[in-house]
Amino acid sequence: MAVETQSATGGVKSTLVNSTFLRVGRYTLVRLVTVFATVVVGVYLTIMIANMGGYVDQIMKNDIRDRFTQMLSTPAYRNMSADARKTLLEKSIALEEKRLGLDTPVAVRNARYLVNALTLNLGRALNMTSDSGSKEVRLIILERLPATLLLMGTSELFLFFASVLLALTLSRRYGSFWDKMVITLSPTSAAPPWFYGIFFILFFAAILKILPFGGMTDSPPPDNPIDFALNVMKHMILPASALIISSLFLSIYNWRTFFLIYSSEDYVEMAKAKGLPARDIERRYILRPTLPTIITNFALLLISTVSGAIITETVFLWPGLGRTLYRAIGLYDTPVIVGTTIIYAYLLGITVFLLDFIYALVDPRVKVGGN
Amino acid sequence: MATLRNSFKEMLRYPSAIIGSVIILLLVIVAIYTVIKIPYNTAINLWRGGEEVWYQNPKFAPPAWINFFSSKKLPVSFAVRTTDGTLNKIVTPGAQGTSTIDISYTFDFQYDDYPQEMLLYFTTQYAQKQPFVSIVWLTPDGRKIRVDDLGVSQKQTLRFSQDERLLQRLNGANPMQALFEDPKTHAIVKGKYQLQITGTTFEPGSDINAEFVFHGQVFGLAGTDQERRDLVLPLLWGAPIALAFGLVASLGTLVLTMIIAAIGTWYGGWVDELIQRITEVNLVLPFLSILVMVGTFYSRSLWVILGVTVLLSIFTGSIKSYRAIFLQVKESMYIEAARAYGASNFRIIFMYLIPRMIPLLIPGLVSSVPSFVFLEASLAVLGLGDPVLPTWGKIINDADTNGALYKGYYYWIMEPAALLMITGFGFAMLGFALDRIFNPRLRDM
Repeated sequence: MAVETQSATGGVKSTLVNSTFLRVGRYTLVRLVTVFATVVVGVYLTIMIANMGGYVDQIMKNDIRDRFTQMLSTPAYRNMSADARKTLLEKSIALEEKRLGLDTPVAVRNARYLVNALTLNLGRALNMTSDSGSKEVRLIILERLPATLLLMGTSELFLFFASVLLALTLSRRYGSFWDKMVITLSPTSAAPPWFYGIFFILFFAAILKILPFGGMTDSPPPDNPIDFALNVMKHMILPASALIISSLFLSIYNWRTFFLIYSSEDYVEMAKAKGLPARDIERRYILRPTLPTIITNFALLLISTVSGAIITETVFLWPGLGRTLYRAIGLYDTPVIVGTTIIYAYLLGITVFLLDFIYALVDPRVKVGGN
Repeated sequence: MATLRNSFKEMLRYPSAIIGSVIILLLVIVAIYTVIKIPYNTAINLWRGGEEVWYQNPKFAPPAWINFFSSKKLPVSFAVRTTDGTLNKIVTPGAQGTSTIDISYTFDFQYDDYPQEMLLYFTTQYAQKQPFVSIVWLTPDGRKIRVDDLGVSQKQTLRFSQDERLLQRLNGANPMQALFEDPKTHAIVKGKYQLQITGTTFEPGSDINAEFVFHGQVFGLAGTDQERRDLVLPLLWGAPIALAFGLVASLGTLVLTMIIAAIGTWYGGWVDELIQRITEVNLVLPFLSILVMVGTFYSRSLWVILGVTVLLSIFTGSIKSYRAIFLQVKESMYIEAARAYGASNFRIIFMYLIPRMIPLLIPGLVSSVPSFVFLEASLAVLGLGDPVLPTWGKIINDADTNGALYKGYYYWIMEPAALLMITGFGFAMLGFALDRIFNPRLRDM
């Protein structure tokens, strides 16, 4: 075997790369299908919960009424008497409701709503409009999505790298002052991000007046793209710090402990005995094998912070999904509430999938093809 | 029992465990005191009372103790009335069934700001002829200001700052300022002020009672909100509610999670598979927005939300870690022995598998309490708090909707936030220490 490999290095390497690629591809595909199935079930459950009180049915009915009322107010129907127009309206609504199967059993109806939800056909809002003036729930939500992704993405990436690096550093000198400090501070993660947000606003915006209270840009926003970006960044400092602080110490603590457990493994001792530099030991002997677990933990953390971000956005008036949900609650705009929930289910599904994909890239078992 | 005693001894070695336990103990004492002192129905009635219950308090007033920390002393609110003797009343009978009633109140005003408002509430008894009162204001520098002369009906309120005649007499100046300052220098005059009310009744059996309400800038131990409510009430009542919600949710979640994990691992096969799939689906369910949906569509009652919270929290990551431990326990000798003597599945799960997990459960139980306490607050901040109960989250929500941070009513947010934080940290600190005690692997680290 060994001889063969040496004699045909080039060929074996290419098949190796190929098969690695294939394996990662296959793994990804399987995960994609599973995650998609999971999201479908999740969305179905969401619809079921919403429709137990008939709210999705109501959204559909409002939609139909809206459409026909609009149609009958066009000039083509102007010559009709008011009464005749009204009977025509009621008749066509009844017909359309029958056509769309609003008189069918709940299970069938829910299945139809599921297809609608999966294709992002989320109906029309009752009161809210998007910035472009549309009442389509899909547009209202999609317009808000970038703001949420920007805030969440920035803070979560920062959180991940900061806590892994700090945890590695601390695990090297455990028992030191900073180590004890982090242990003492780790209970602070019991409080959600919005809670820190209130304190940050109080301190930095209300008392020191150095950072804005909330929002995403000044009003009016600066025209110059560079100024605009800087302005957004300035507005993002407080909400992002709130999101980071609320889970920073706990995740440093958890991963530090985890690294400590791993750094007492035999192969690490062996590497130390060989006299390898500390950086190499950290990178190749501690971080590498723990990375898959770290990513799984991070996925769980990310999922739990999505909920916290809803209120953080509200507190900071950040024009994202969470604030839309908050406004929808205030206006009792049921289609938007259901729609936002569905989009959140999607976002969570995508997060799980992305992390699974990264997991496949870093976990040697997937690459090598072991189980 | 011996293990428990050992664990307890070990706990004393951790300062954070001691601090955490003390905080929790204090909270429990406050909660019990509150529930006994202000029973549920009284608390609800007070909380939803409105103007009739709380007319004596100023709006948006910080707590009185902030005067200790500030060089500018703000006037403290008070209320005195003739019916309980706090306001002095002397009745002098006159001829033909008439009588003169002298009511006077002297108070020391040593503050650097004006009060929000002063009010006089009259309640009188008469058959036909209305009693008549004259109100006079005496300042420390010897000025005498006539406030008003009026006939009073059975129930009458006199608001100093909106009294037309007083405004005319003061040439349109704000009475709250004009009554307390030197007319020339416009500086606040400190010293003893006196309010004199001279009433005359014209019938036998006719009587006048008065209540003098002074709305200062600060009030009581905790301050007031936009509806003049004393914040002591929700701050106190928040404690039993937070504790009950946190403990019930965390206990319910953990016990159910454990039972389901135990059943899954014991039976294995499709049961186990099903539980794992449910866990995966639950992972993508957006927890908070589902709670929001339930809150808006069905019920905002704290107990419904509690039930849904528990249901959604069962199938989370912790079910996986329990499963891993149960898988180990399942293979141990004593389970095999139990199986050999013919114990039923039910008996093995509930008598042998689950009891093994209880020590592991305790740290988790304690450290998951804060997240549920904060969850209640989070929902309240979203405007989905229980509509009836006074809770800490509700105060923050009220403060937030009234722009407390922008207008500078910091006390309004800081008080409930501090209590939430103390509660959260108390449980989290104890939980961390317990985790180290019950998980020996962490002990050395």
